[in-house]
Amino acid sequence: MTASLRPDLALIAANVAPGSRVLDIGCGDGALLAALRDERGCDARGMEIDPANVAQCVARGLSVIQGDANADLAFYPDQAFDYAILSQTLQTTMRPDRVLEELLRIGRRAFVSFPNFAHWRVRASLFLGGRMPVTRLLPVAWYETPNIHHVTVDDFRALVAERGIRVEQAWFLRGDKRTTPAAANLRAEHAVFLLSR
Amino acid sequence: MPEAAIPTTSAVLKLPHPLPLDGGQSLDGVDMAYEAYGTLAADKGNAILICHALTGDHHVASPHPITGKPGWWERMVGPGLPIDTDRFFVICANVLGSCLGSTGPASPAPDGRPWGMRFPVITIRDMVRAQVALLDALGIDRLHAVVGGSMGGMQALSLAANFPARTAAALVIASTARHSAQNIAFHEVGRQAIMADPQWRGGDYNGHGKGPEKGLAVARMAAHITYLSEEGMHEKFGRKLQDRAEKTFGFDADFQVESYLRYQGLSFTDRFDANSYLYITRAMDYFDLAEEHGGQLANAFAHSSARFCLVSFDTDWLYPTAESRRIVHALTAAGAPVSFVELSAPFGHDSFLLDVPALDRVIAGFLNQ
Repeated sequence: MTASLRPDLALIAANVAPGSRVLDIGCGDGALLAALRDERGCDARGMEIDPANVAQCVARGLSVIQGDANADLAFYPDQAFDYAILSQTLQTTMRPDRVLEELLRIGRRAFVSFPNFAHWRVRASLFLGGRMPVTRLLPVAWYETPNIHHVTVDDFRALVAERGIRVEQAWFLRGDKRTTPAAANLRAEHAVFLLSR
Repeated sequence: MPEAAIPTTSAVLKLPHPLPLDGGQSLDGVDMAYEAYGTLAADKGNAILICHALTGDHHVASPHPITGKPGWWERMVGPGLPIDTDRFFVICANVLGSCLGSTGPASPAPDGRPWGMRFPVITIRDMVRAQVALLDALGIDRLHAVVGGSMGGMQALSLAANFPARTAAALVIASTARHSAQNIAFHEVGRQAIMADPQWRGGDYNGHGKGPEKGLAVARMAAHITYLSEEGMHEKFGRKLQDRAEKTFGFDADFQVESYLRYQGLSFTDRFDANSYLYITRAMDYFDLAEEHGGQLANAFAHSSARFCLVSFDTDWLYPTAESRRIVHALTAAGAPVSFVELSAPFGHDSFLLDVPALDRVIAGFLNQ
């Protein structure tokens, strides 16, 4: 099952401690939650904004609530989960900084993954073409993309440093493959961070 | 088409102990009419209790004895259906205060005459106490799930909150944790219509003809509007005229919507007791689960280990999505495992009874965990 997960989700699934309590925010169709429940024995719960996705999750027996990361995280008690997971969603939130703070209030640790806006293809598209990039990880044109806060690996590192958030681990992906942390801001299409306070 | 469900039991059980009520009184010899479908497993762990809505009954998947219509949730309960009677032992009881077999104001008081308005005012929690007493009598300690829509959802919430050991899951559809001012207001219109009918006679209409039929019909008409969506009503009726080409410049039912509501009102009086309508609407108006638990809804679920699933409908303005969200936020704060989805359906509050395929999938998925 883990093999069929999106690469960043497979990476997260492989690094979640078995039996832990997990909240996946923006859980989509519940692929990661199902893998965490079935293969890691986790108490895995989700939040998802799209009702059709939520219905699909509940139909496959997952505990998922229809909600919005911008507003509905406030109702969770402090440290209710071992991990809060936000995959490919941070860049779509109204205030990514506040969402990050909420993740680490609700969860003892947080996994955050996002497409890196400083990847060389993105840079090339903007620098050479003079147009907002449309790439594999950013496939939607500027006027209809849900990504309202594009972020680079270095931007993210700067934000967490400023907020006193600890980076426990970081992984970088190019396509489906891991890539080295060296020059990640240029070479990684996608980053996954494990954070704690 | 799946085969129709056939109840394995259709019975009236007399509760062996007096039933204590929130109002301070207690009721002796309460009858609980119920139906059961499927087979109770040896470990008694596969029981699902379905709680019906305001004017519902225990004929959840069998024909109604008076109207002959199919059971009110026949599309949901049966072999191979979302509430699968091949797997689960499904129980549905007529609520306390109703008039379709369980004890209510039309039942005989100890003096042999109908209780009428001497019947004690009951609450949703009293209805749930009666349901739990029935489960006791059936030897079921812990339900696989309690399921209900509308007032049935209130009972499901109340059971999970007040009898946390008695259920492993609660499925609450198109419901609320408290009646709003608007909810109470619509019910009050209905009650006043009944009590303004001279045939009501202070509730003592038994033996005096058919009782306050006109008032009860008006109550049903007002309530029925709240069960539909504006969009649904517009699509079904619009401004279409009933069996005529022109307006009559009179007060006959010119419009189809008038004719429809009059029919709904009148046919309701064939199957429902006016005093029961007063008592059950009162119980719903008194319902405020937070108030029962120190004013904090999250406290209501502090001792619950159940899984919850809440479903609302985007066109339901009687118990709108915000009410379900309130419950979800309280359950989240209490740390309960909870699912919630707002489904899109055109039928307003009544959506939970009608063809909404996504609801079928959500119910089946939640119950099969």
